[in-house]
Amino acid sequence: MYQLQSVTQTYERRGNVVTALDTCDLEIPDGDFVAIVGPSGSGKTTLLSVLGGMMAPTSGDVLLDGESLYDLSIDQRTRLRGEKIGFVFQSFNLVTWMSACENVQIPLMLSGKLASDQRARALELLDRVGLSDRADHLPSELSQGQQQRVALARTLANDPQVILADEPTGNLDADTRQQVMSYLAEFHNDGRTIVMVTHDADTAAFAKRTIRLVSGVTDEVAMADAA
Amino acid sequence: MKLRSMIWKELWQRPTPMLTSLLAVTLGVTAMVAIQNITVFSERKIAGDMESLGANVLVLPPEVTLQDYYSADMHGHTMPEEYVSRLALARMPGVENLAPKLCIESDVDSIPVTVTGVLPQSEFQAKSAWQGLGLISPVGTDRGCCATKANVSAGEDNPNSLATNRTIQDLGDRDLILGHDLAAQLGAKVGDKLPVLGESFSVLTVLPSTGTIDDSRMFAHLHSVQDLSGAGPVVNVIEIMACCEDAAGDLISNLSSELPETRVITIAQVVETQVAVNGLMSRLSWVFLSILLLVGGASIASVMYANVTERRNEIGTLMALGASRRFVTRMFLGKAVLLGLAGGLGGFFVGTIVAAVLGPQLLGIYVEPLPQLLVVGMVAATIVAVTASYLPARRAAGLDPCLVFNDA
Repeated sequence: MYQLQSVTQTYERRGNVVTALDTCDLEIPDGDFVAIVGPSGSGKTTLLSVLGGMMAPTSGDVLLDGESLYDLSIDQRTRLRGEKIGFVFQSFNLVTWMSACENVQIPLMLSGKLASDQRARALELLDRVGLSDRADHLPSELSQGQQQRVALARTLANDPQVILADEPTGNLDADTRQQVMSYLAEFHNDGRTIVMVTHDADTAAFAKRTIRLVSGVTDEVAMADAA
Repeated sequence: MKLRSMIWKELWQRPTPMLTSLLAVTLGVTAMVAIQNITVFSERKIAGDMESLGANVLVLPPEVTLQDYYSADMHGHTMPEEYVSRLALARMPGVENLAPKLCIESDVDSIPVTVTGVLPQSEFQAKSAWQGLGLISPVGTDRGCCATKANVSAGEDNPNSLATNRTIQDLGDRDLILGHDLAAQLGAKVGDKLPVLGESFSVLTVLPSTGTIDDSRMFAHLHSVQDLSGAGPVVNVIEIMACCEDAAGDLISNLSSELPETRVITIAQVVETQVAVNGLMSRLSWVFLSILLLVGGASIASVMYANVTERRNEIGTLMALGASRRFVTRMFLGKAVLLGLAGGLGGFFVGTIVAAVLGPQLLGIYVEPLPQLLVVGMVAATIVAVTASYLPARRAAGLDPCLVFNDA
């Protein structure tokens, strides 16, 4: 379970202090599916970075399963991220010179799995997203939707408990968006917690909860409003 | 998939800038290997040349000055033959051979000749006193430094060795060796009898032409010349074949200490110049290596920085997926190690080929690969590549993983 306790994040830009998160208190229980919505610059990506253990807040605590993320060292946070958190990016962020299978193998390699086990697991995950026949294709040889499915397979590599998705459908057409969200919903049904940043109301509708972020302040949106 | 396979694969995604930066490192190693190779084999050739030239140190009576290397024994001054024994017993490192000589003016059938008495190597070995000391090879021992040992071993039975090595293994009391020109002048050939100093001598051999004053001389056993000329147990000169490094070093002072009543002269300028040229070439090769490695290092650093900038998103993604700073650092330093090893290996091969091609053309020497230069080249190139990549690698490891997000 995630707990944000009075988390504030400020930046200094050209002498001005910008508040990206303003005394946020938030709880995200295990197995939740949360959509973070809000206008550009409202602090959505900052919230995702803080949740991912990649940006220490100016003040406040971020707890994951009762453990304060930012009391850990950088290397401990990195290890925890590799074990418990998976990421989905808007631009897929596949390594362009690696095949689909090798891209899925990356988290497995980083967690120290044997090379033979890595490939078997990667092929299993590619099969789950319907791309077992494209395992040795480079990202440039795949469509946008296929690339995002490879990225989804990569996200599942180490069987993370939490998936943080940054505009996962932002670069996709309507049909592909539907397909990708179906996979995310499937992952959620497996029992994973999903926190998703999105601009798109249709995409947000897949979530159980929607949190609106305006000027760094979180606000739970009632389901009727979100719809 | 492992880190090294990942590095290898990425290297071939962007080969051009890396190979270009590697060129300077490779050139540095190439220059070092080529020059060192030529220097080493040049030194060996000089050592060989000095040996085939014969004596490079002369022990002369104190009144004599060195006017001409090959006629330095024609001065009329003498010194005791006993000095030869003293030198042999001293067993100085660097002394590879001794050749005492006594020159007497005479005539054969009214033709003026110079009779040179030489002491065959068998005389050294026959000295009971030296054998008693266990000195089977009284000179040119295993303490010497020359690649080629003393000429007292098998294979020196050929009397023609006198032409090149200044020594001969065996020479009978009434044997005579004729220089090439003198034999032609006398019309003498092997087996002929010639009257010399009132005795009949048999021509043992005619030396091949050497282009020196030896071509117009005749050589007989030193003790025969001493007896027949009435000169007694004296010599005009003791020629010493010494290692060139020692001849330029302590040997001369050692010889002077051993025989303070003589004058010891070396072809010092020749030796010192050759040694100095070799030393200069050797030092220059390290200067070239240093300069080119610096250029190569700067080039690698520049390309590595560009590589980090180009791969920011990829590095951020890897960090988001769990790559530690240490992993990212190793990713770049591993690449640097590969580049360094490749540059060192390539430089060694190219340098050896350059030396093999230029050596015979420029210096008339034949070179062979020197494995120790492979080690030096690869270590130097790898250290430079890793050092040059250290800061870019640190920069990569310090990237903010948040940059992977959409509007970061």
